[in-house]
Amino acid sequence: MVGFLLFRSVTLTYPQDRLTPLAVDQVAPGVYVHTGVIALMTAANEGAIANLGFVIGGDGVAVVDTGGSVREGRRLLAAIREITDKPIRYVVNTHGHPDHVFGNAAFGPPTIFVGHHNLPRSLAERGPYYLKSFRPSMGSLLDDVKIVPPTLTVADQMKLDLGHRPLVLQAWRTSHSDTDLTVLDKASGTLFAGDLVFVRHIPVLDGSIRGWLKTIDDLAKIPAQRVIPGHGPAPSPWPGALNDERSYLQRLESDCSDLIKRGVPLAKAAQIAGTSEKSHWELFEDYNARNATAAYSELEWQ
Amino acid sequence: MIDRRLLSLRLGMLAAATALGPMQMAPANADDDPWPQIAAAAFGKRPLADGAGLLELEMPARAEDAAVVPVTMRTTLPKGDARTLRSITLVIDDNPSPVAATFKVGAGVTMISTRVRVNSYTNVHAVAELSDGQLYVIATYIKASGGCSAPMTSSAEGETPLGQMRFRQFAMPTAASATTRREAQIMIRHANNSGLQRDQVSLLYIPLFIVRELRVWQGDQLVLEMDGGISISENPNIRFSYMPNGASTFRAEAQDTEGHVFKDEWPVEAM
Repeated sequence: MVGFLLFRSVTLTYPQDRLTPLAVDQVAPGVYVHTGVIALMTAANEGAIANLGFVIGGDGVAVVDTGGSVREGRRLLAAIREITDKPIRYVVNTHGHPDHVFGNAAFGPPTIFVGHHNLPRSLAERGPYYLKSFRPSMGSLLDDVKIVPPTLTVADQMKLDLGHRPLVLQAWRTSHSDTDLTVLDKASGTLFAGDLVFVRHIPVLDGSIRGWLKTIDDLAKIPAQRVIPGHGPAPSPWPGALNDERSYLQRLESDCSDLIKRGVPLAKAAQIAGTSEKSHWELFEDYNARNATAAYSELEWQ
Repeated sequence: MIDRRLLSLRLGMLAAATALGPMQMAPANADDDPWPQIAAAAFGKRPLADGAGLLELEMPARAEDAAVVPVTMRTTLPKGDARTLRSITLVIDDNPSPVAATFKVGAGVTMISTRVRVNSYTNVHAVAELSDGQLYVIATYIKASGGCSAPMTSSAEGETPLGQMRFRQFAMPTAASATTRREAQIMIRHANNSGLQRDQVSLLYIPLFIVRELRVWQGDQLVLEMDGGISISENPNIRFSYMPNGASTFRAEAQDTEGHVFKDEWPVEAM
């Protein structure tokens, strides 16, 4: 009897056949976005912390990022299918972090996966590590996650056509990560910036602070109407959405450079650098000292 | 060497040491405690006396980045105690190769600070040999995970070439004279692959490729000698205190596991 009850409760926990479509908003004609929660990935939030989106063209759909679990990816697919039955031509990953790519396996052939030219290497190198390291917080939600690398890679710039709806993909220098890619929907002026843009959620540094600051200057020149940041309110105003992030990264860079110059050791510097920016950000305690450690280690060699 | 023996002995630990993030790992119970075995392998039958009051071992309680965890070891001998430091061995008990490094030091060195990889929640031991020939031990506990198998730093553009060294000398807060202790830092650009990171194409482990030995001299006097293992972070970075001996140059020499030898030399800066 006990076994029976346990079995029942387990099957009721993950009803694969009754997936609620992910909540999406139409932010421009044919452009839809799901806004992730500002939190760390957990089983409770199904890893649904990143902003995801899709663009519907004349003869197909492009998905931009797939979420932090296959379950979230399937719910995104269900949301798309409530709106259109056009084929999903492309899944574009804005970079290789788990909250953006763990839903890839929800999308099967003939969908073409697209990413930064560094993404296949990065996913192969880090994928198994990510699967292991997120197991404690995500549990069995990771069971069906597969690391799906892009088969179409972008070295610099590439245009995808969804049928009278061109998307411009731009690969960037090492910035937030070493696989950053943006997607601009020319028709609506919507820029999917991935984690090159954080709003309210503290920026997370896993690439190069100097590269990221350069990239922010370049991004600001993109003539977009609105931005879908990787995390935070979507859409956000453009290019105003860059302001807080730029201030934070500049502060982190100048603090670290100054602490290095003054000979303050890493352990102490990591507790000091950037802290004056705290009031502007959520999850500050989760990431600031880590960002400072990365920035300090990079700037030490400048 | 000690590292290699322990490496094969302890590789099995890697499979178990996978937690990252908020999940708590139960502290090892007495039966699982690897320390007695490590101590026996590293120090034989030599007794390890309690180093409380003589040594300090500083690490954050929780690592911000398990691949770059700052650690500082120093002697805190009472005033009038004439003993000096000969060497310190840093042991990260639950790492695949627990002995992170052994530092032999020249006269006047009382502090060594570096950065290490930490693979799981673990005890960390520092074992110092003082000039009385005795070994003293002190321990701390750190929450971190995945540092040894963590992927290397993202590929950034314009990378500094392999083996490039930097040397910094620090002005001390109080007015320094020729007879007061100073601090310096040696940095060497090196991937320091732990041998536990996977290659993307072959899915085989990237071979061990680390800075094996590093020596720093002040004039003709050896100040610091590191015998390093796989737990030392990418771009090894060691800060140490020393007593100026009037020499006009520092020089350093390092050798990695592929036999590359790196050398450099710097003038002593007036403080």
